[in-house]
Amino acid sequence: MATLDSKIPAGPLKDKWTNHKNNINLVNPANKRLIDVIVIGTGLAGGSAAASLAELGYNVKAFCFQDSPRRAHSIAAQGGINAAKNYQGDGDSIYRLFYDTVKGGDYRSREANVYRLAEVSANIIDQCVAQGVPFARDYGGLLDNRSFGGVLVSRTFYAKGQTGQQLLLGAYSAMNRQISRGKIKMYNRHEMMDVVIVDGKARGIIARNLVTGEIERHSAHAVVVGSGGYGNIFFLSTNAMGSNASAAWKMYKKGAFFANPCFTQIHPTCIPVTGELQAKLTLMSESLRNDGRIWVPKKKEDAEAIRNGKLKPTQIAQEDRDYYLERRYPAFGNLVPRDVASRAAKERCDAGFGVNKTGEAVYLDFSSAIQRYGKEQAYTKGLDENDKELITKLGKEAVANKYGNLFEMYEKIVDQNPYETPMMIYPAVHYTMGGVWVDYNLMTTVPGLFAIGEANFSDHGANRLGASALMQGLADGYFVLPYTIGDYLSDDIRTGEIPTDTKEFDQAEKEVSERIEYFVNNKGEHSVDYYHKQLGKIMWNKCGMSRNENDLKSAIEDIKKLREEFWKGVRVPGTSKEFNEELAKAGRVADFMELAELFAIDALERKESCGGHYREESQTEDGEAKRDDENFKYVAAWEYKGDNEKAQLHKEDLVYENIELKTRSYK
Amino acid sequence: MNLKLKIWRQKNSNDKGKIVDYAISDIEPDMSFLEMLDVLNDELINKGETPVAFDHDCREGICGSCSLFINGRAHGPDTGIATCQLHMRKFKDGDTIYIEPFRARAFPVIKDLAVDRSAFDRIQHAGGYVSVNTSGNTQDANNIPIPKENADTAFDSATCIGCGACVAACKNSSARLFVSAKVSQMALLPQGQIEAKTRVLNMTEQMDKEGFGNCSNTGACEVECPKGISLENIARQIREYAKATTATKK
Repeated sequence: MATLDSKIPAGPLKDKWTNHKNNINLVNPANKRLIDVIVIGTGLAGGSAAASLAELGYNVKAFCFQDSPRRAHSIAAQGGINAAKNYQGDGDSIYRLFYDTVKGGDYRSREANVYRLAEVSANIIDQCVAQGVPFARDYGGLLDNRSFGGVLVSRTFYAKGQTGQQLLLGAYSAMNRQISRGKIKMYNRHEMMDVVIVDGKARGIIARNLVTGEIERHSAHAVVVGSGGYGNIFFLSTNAMGSNASAAWKMYKKGAFFANPCFTQIHPTCIPVTGELQAKLTLMSESLRNDGRIWVPKKKEDAEAIRNGKLKPTQIAQEDRDYYLERRYPAFGNLVPRDVASRAAKERCDAGFGVNKTGEAVYLDFSSAIQRYGKEQAYTKGLDENDKELITKLGKEAVANKYGNLFEMYEKIVDQNPYETPMMIYPAVHYTMGGVWVDYNLMTTVPGLFAIGEANFSDHGANRLGASALMQGLADGYFVLPYTIGDYLSDDIRTGEIPTDTKEFDQAEKEVSERIEYFVNNKGEHSVDYYHKQLGKIMWNKCGMSRNENDLKSAIEDIKKLREEFWKGVRVPGTSKEFNEELAKAGRVADFMELAELFAIDALERKESCGGHYREESQTEDGEAKRDDENFKYVAAWEYKGDNEKAQLHKEDLVYENIELKTRSYK
Repeated sequence: MNLKLKIWRQKNSNDKGKIVDYAISDIEPDMSFLEMLDVLNDELINKGETPVAFDHDCREGICGSCSLFINGRAHGPDTGIATCQLHMRKFKDGDTIYIEPFRARAFPVIKDLAVDRSAFDRIQHAGGYVSVNTSGNTQDANNIPIPKENADTAFDSATCIGCGACVAACKNSSARLFVSAKVSQMALLPQGQIEAKTRVLNMTEQMDKEGFGNCSNTGACEVECPKGISLENIARQIREYAKATTATKK
């Protein structure tokens, strides 16, 4: 049976990674040509890994369900990427980035992994610039930075509100170079249906060609999964419509442990839900909190009048506004971490101060920033600082320069001009810190099966800081996995090509085909979405921003019941041998239905509050999350025991040798 | 809102395809166009019919998956957006809406409204990159200062989402705007200079091979581009191409 060995190298924290790299096995260049690696997903993690492995000389087969690797959802990341460059000279360092990330994650991540992440972060920026990624620059031609939630330095590199796009296109271009050299064979519009285990090792996958419906066998000496997170378990999230947990879930069912499934990030600044038929939520970048101030009316009657359309936010006097983040957290103000900001918004809305017609929205206001920038501009240009109209005009221009595309996006969706009236925002599901358990080498509990990027659990603890997801995805793919995978593959130089005409592949393909045929032949009456929406409601209401024992217990029952109904009642039109989006969706939702239960079980088991996981039973007097290090300072890694068996919990104790455990305070 | 939809239905690339009429009611103005199609599909599934296939993913205008030719316009009756950012408030109660795939020889239909845009990928394979290994041993990112103006202009070109609206809008099905955006991004940055000549030659050659038409300066691509990629990129590509072909050595 698999055991939990995190394989953290010995020695001082700052030397661990260097020493590890010096001591692990390598595969010589000639032998790399004899080794095949499968990479699932082409976002920042998968794309960068595929490119780097191919550059090293491995034969890479890369798979994505989208019609091009460039469309993976990393593309939608807006705000930026952190790196400990200290270009601003404001006291940043590898240690400080490491410290901020561990603290931001509420002390539920591994020290050694996070330190390595901070260590390689600077290389990421160098690498991306060399690839031609057009980061924002200052007038002197050097790179510009901004600051993000939960930190006191400016270490975030950005490309307007499209940083993820630019970084992903960088990784895509690196992939393209290898595709043109024949070192990456790219499979677009292909979905991984299962991982194939031979003699206890991951040796290939079963994939489905989404255009023809054909089931394919692909073998390799190792399988790397960078398939992203499972935020769509909530139906409504900022994830792409196709984002799914299926690859991660298949790994779990084939023996990889699943860690901390209940650690979900609810992002504070998203455009509020408007109606029942909505399919997707849109994030407004956290970078907006650099300049936007968050508030609700101080008086309940004002909030009510706004909800009824009788009052406009601009009519509320300054003294009647409650800038609740600045009030509660004077040190960090509007730049508290995401989990703190989200809960504070929910607290105000639950107390009756919410502002749009649903009562579930707060204001994000740029009027102060517009005035401040306007005065600055007028002063610099030697213009009249008392001319109100001029100040406002200059201020709006300055704000447009920084956030123009985000403001446009908001206006397109909401049909209100955020330069004139404050934006309305509300928390929404955004990212999942939980994921497949991996050791220091990013290998799961199944030999030869690796998980990278959001798909693994390793670096963000119970709450991810802004601009750290892009950092982790690229760190894993460019700079960590390419080294660590060599250590594993060094045993495979004489193995030769893995045959696909074996009983293991037969069996895996049979299971995949049976499930597909079940769906297209089931005489159900409701669409896949019908069930997915119900699952989303259970998760949002009972496993969302605030959780308690009763709700979690009832969620587990609800999910079981819904799962049964789904299998009985789902209707998938069309056949299995054609382009059939409903069929693809059915498989993904079936997996969400199983993961959801483990999610709730994990949330129930963890009786403490930490990071994004807030248990109502564990709070301080002023309503802040109360961690319980004595009983819960561990990674909860779940082992699959069978469809009708309870998953088995394994605990990986978290050891803090370099950081003192403290109550996380942003006051 | 109640609407009449006329939608292109085509079983697969071998099918001839035709316009099919649908009626849809109770559509909210705040819904996105794709949410309207979700509602239609849900109705079709409930009736036991095959839902309409269309590409979509991020639904926030950045992945470039969604396409659709709506009432004769790529991404429909608004500018600066992808179809997923089009909202029903742009239509009136009782409107008839024609929904077709992006049409071009180089974009064969897969099913209904979904087309195969892998030609774009192949153009990028031909040279849309800087040949630098991801070893992490490059020089410090601030070693080469880049004038802010150049960095900003390169960024503007780099915001192309590869949706193919430029091709769909063009009467010649030209992919010039798409290709020139990548060529421009690299041409404006020092990192792209080393391979500038081979890049523009190879990408242009691949573009022609894929069966895209030529540019006749109508500017329709610029109008329909969700990211406002400007025609200046095409001018720059032509200059780069001229530089490359007049050079003594490739």
